[in-house]
Amino acid sequence: MNFSRSFSRCLFLLLALPSAMLMWPAWSYADTLKKITDSGSMTLGYRESSIPFSYLEAPGRPIGFGVEVANKVVEAIRQSSGKKEIKLVYQAVTSQNRLALVANGTVDLECGSTTNNAARAKEVSFAVNYFYAGSRLLVKKAAHIKGLADLAGKTVATTTGTTTFGQLRKVSLEKNLNLSVVPAKDHADGFLLLESGRAMAFAMDDILLAGLLLNAKNPADYEIVGEPLQVEAYACMLRKDDPAFKKLVDDTLLGMMKSGEFDKLYNKWFTMPIPPRARSLALPMSQRLRENLKSPSDQPAS
Amino acid sequence: MMTLDFSFFSTQWLQTYVLQGLLFSLQLTVVATVGGIALGTVLALMRLSGRRLLAWPAASYVNLMRSVPLVMVLLWFFLLMPSLLGRPIGAESSAVITFIAFEAAFFCEILRAGIGAIPRGQRDAGFALGLGYAQNMRLVILPQAFRMMIPVLLTQTIILFQDTSLVYAIGAYDLLKGFEVAGKNLGRPVEAYLAAASVYFLLCFSLSQLVRRVQQRVAFVR
Amino acid sequence: MQWDWQVFCKSTITGELAPGCFGSGGEVTYLQWMLSAWGWTVAVALLALAIALCVGLLVGTVRTQAARPWALLAACWTELFRNIPVLVQIFLWYHVLPIFIPVLKNLPAFLLAACALGLFTSARIAEQVRAGIQALPAGQNQAATAMGLRLWQRVRLVILPQALRMVLPSLTSEAMNIVKNSSVAFAVSVTELTLFAMQAQEETARGLEIYAGVTLLYMLTALLVNRMMALIEARTRVPGLLAVT
Repeated sequence: MNFSRSFSRCLFLLLALPSAMLMWPAWSYADTLKKITDSGSMTLGYRESSIPFSYLEAPGRPIGFGVEVANKVVEAIRQSSGKKEIKLVYQAVTSQNRLALVANGTVDLECGSTTNNAARAKEVSFAVNYFYAGSRLLVKKAAHIKGLADLAGKTVATTTGTTTFGQLRKVSLEKNLNLSVVPAKDHADGFLLLESGRAMAFAMDDILLAGLLLNAKNPADYEIVGEPLQVEAYACMLRKDDPAFKKLVDDTLLGMMKSGEFDKLYNKWFTMPIPPRARSLALPMSQRLRENLKSPSDQPAS
Repeated sequence: MMTLDFSFFSTQWLQTYVLQGLLFSLQLTVVATVGGIALGTVLALMRLSGRRLLAWPAASYVNLMRSVPLVMVLLWFFLLMPSLLGRPIGAESSAVITFIAFEAAFFCEILRAGIGAIPRGQRDAGFALGLGYAQNMRLVILPQAFRMMIPVLLTQTIILFQDTSLVYAIGAYDLLKGFEVAGKNLGRPVEAYLAAASVYFLLCFSLSQLVRRVQQRVAFVR
Repeated sequence: MQWDWQVFCKSTITGELAPGCFGSGGEVTYLQWMLSAWGWTVAVALLALAIALCVGLLVGTVRTQAARPWALLAACWTELFRNIPVLVQIFLWYHVLPIFIPVLKNLPAFLLAACALGLFTSARIAEQVRAGIQALPAGQNQAATAMGLRLWQRVRLVILPQALRMVLPSLTSEAMNIVKNSSVAFAVSVTELTLFAMQAQEETARGLEIYAGVTLLYMLTALLVNRMMALIEARTRVPGLLAVT
């Protein structure tokens, strides 16, 4: 068959299929709790290398601050529903697909390093904030870079799908920096770009940069510099328009904050040695996070 | 210049990170081959049936799958399947469905060439003996077509195995992902990539030598 | 859920709609970004195709015509590049080889991606060229030798013209494959269509429209490649040379 004729038919197929799918009654996952108790299983999203929030200790075994928060939520579900056997399914998410996976029902809860902001709040819901981070730059000490101004016209790496990507574009335009932004496919890849010299800096949330340095071969060669581009709040991500589930997650976090469990968990992951190399981040709780403990908020940081 | 450091290689490391990925890649290859050939046969028969109502959709489907990258099809299915099916599915199941759907197009083309290469006399003889269309296909045409196409089908399977490395775009844990995670967790990504390349090479090369042996055994001269 | 094609007119910096769907003053819309990503896809694909054809022709010819040691070398080359997945090859070119060949560090990512893709495809093209040459009657080679033509004259004037016309359909499908395989360049930070799709989908949360646009461009590129090869086939056809296809 002549290819161009077949092409126009393919075009028709391409447009017809999704349109037909759109007319399909939209599956409403509005009641996550009911779905969990009915099906007896829950899908938790995890990140593969977002130290110390959610990362892989071994294939299929994520650990981290966020993972433990999620496990607490599962405990709360077990108690409130009276159902002892809830099968946990772990689904790896990346910066590029985490929002879509929560919105389309594949993942029920994701507690990693997702920024709570107004644009995302249109697609998904966020629970009480559990961390505050700022986007800064990871550079090689030998390069003597102190901030974005020193990077005018140079290459900066960042991870695809993160808010930092958009921030860099904006700042580059506003301050006429002419930055050449290279999108890495994940955080570890971005660090590799910096290490190999393809990028002069790796821009990412400061806590994630600190986590990457933990695993580096020569952490002493690098430093985190620059004013935070923006202060951002991390929170667990869940589906929109599901007040019952949100209340449960919020209540779990609030309970942890009141009882001092949150403090202990924070210290475990941020001030003590953690896998895989038993090194410590040595990061005491920031002022902003302490304030959040006193008056918890689930709103974007700015 | 960075020096390479292969000291971290050990069977324990292999077991922890790589084995699971290898099993998934192999499973995906086998399931996608079987499913793809089954669906591909149906598509090929639809295209060769001579009825526009059957041939038209089959041809459009095949050409669509052949012009779009596998990564895009994976992303489409992964993000939109849950809306279609009405329930969430994991990355692994999504990968299996996508691969079957995608590879079916290629298997369809291979089988169409194979069936087309069977002399018409075979089909006519079948009809002359009183066999119906379905019986003719099942007993006369398809066995010969398959036998002739086995080397090409196996080569396509090897390509399929290589393509399974693309599922990392949707977060499924395959062989390449296993090496990548190992490399990143142990701080040796470069050595991990080299190891991945070697393992893939060994596997695919052995398989292609196998295909060559099979070709010598199975092929017949007309 | 509705179609929202307006997403393409949104500015990538502020998220507001730009008049005429094209931004101004340094701001770009998603439509402009998508077109620039398409440009990168085409650039990677064309460069890779050029590399693949040159190297593939050379290796395929050497494998069938040259002396034993060279033929063996060509066979090893083909096996090496065929049996490693293209994604792994791209990682090797981008992360591993610059360690051994420092000059590669200065090359832009898209060049390395095109090299990786081109060499991967060259192995497959070499196989097809080999099949085409072997399908020629042995008499062609013998007659050319009898006429006093040297090896490279034989190849250039007698063997390749016939073999290439015979494998042109396979070359067409390899060219279309290169366009599709160019999508793996996203793994090494080349801002081509697939990377654009993933980033824009996460930023705008309108996955359907973005993916549809990107898929459309891929299909369009495949169509253009197909038509181009058909044109080449029509122009170079020698009536009666090959059996009617």
